[in-house]
Amino acid sequence: MDQFAVKVFVRLRPSVLDPAGEATKFASIKLGAEGIKSLRIGKMIEVKIEGNGENEVRKKIDLLCDRLFANTVIEDYEYSLEKL
Amino acid sequence: MDNFTVGVVVFPGSNCDRDVSWALEGCLDIRTKYLWHESSDLSDVDAIVLPGGFSYGDYLRCGAIARFSPLINALDEFVKSGKRVLGICNGFQILTESGFLPGALVANKNLNFICDDVELDIVSSKGGWFNNGDEKQTIKLPIAHGEGRYHCDSDTLKKLVDNELIALRYKNNPNGSSFDIAGITNEKGNVLGLMPHPERACDETIGGTDGLFTLKSLILK
Repeated sequence: MDQFAVKVFVRLRPSVLDPAGEATKFASIKLGAEGIKSLRIGKMIEVKIEGNGENEVRKKIDLLCDRLFANTVIEDYEYSLEKL
Repeated sequence: MDNFTVGVVVFPGSNCDRDVSWALEGCLDIRTKYLWHESSDLSDVDAIVLPGGFSYGDYLRCGAIARFSPLINALDEFVKSGKRVLGICNGFQILTESGFLPGALVANKNLNFICDDVELDIVSSKGGWFNNGDEKQTIKLPIAHGEGRYHCDSDTLKKLVDNELIALRYKNNPNGSSFDIAGITNEKGNVLGLMPHPERACDETIGGTDGLFTLKSLILK
């Protein structure tokens, strides 16, 4: 069994308004940060997972992302995978 | 409605389950039974309400974890058999997360948690959920949500419009919902999800009775 560290990034699709991102952008400007053109908030999920090789683990992570971590009606996901 | 029993589902974090039960039993004399979310035996209930609240603390996304409870797994057969399912607020979020209804509910446009009475236009009478006797086309119901902005892509919206699946629209959109949508049904009409709370509008002493008819519709065949 190989063990992998996976980092999943879940983001609102570009077509979905992100009011929390807008509010944070507003606060960033209040803080004095200049030049912010866009600010959007997503989630990062860290998973440690075992499996027989990268392909099998990718299948498991794909299922998790598609069915649980992200709601693909409103969110996109991508992930990186590192063998431990 | 002798033995007709409405199952009111209780998730960890549900907080409108007792209100729904009170409205059905106390105002409409309809028998209710609480169903713990880990139960998958729906054999002795004739209709189901998924009440409002914060199932599983709204972790990950509203309704995302509740979707995996044994009861929601059993709901597929129940819905296919034509029995009625009403999802209110968090219940609506669970119905979209689990794919019984299209679209999704996301954070209100202004980020406020909105607790208010809203005017709603009855758009479709599919399923008979809003066929009130006096032909009233506008009703007033309370809303209480932070994540009630209905979102769907343009193809889904077209399908909702073309098939008359939009049940309710806000008169003055409070949360930024696409097309002012406050409630939708499935194609068959036996599943309704809505953000407003009909169970909180069932007695004049608490501000109105416009929610009575929707709850009463649970007993329709």
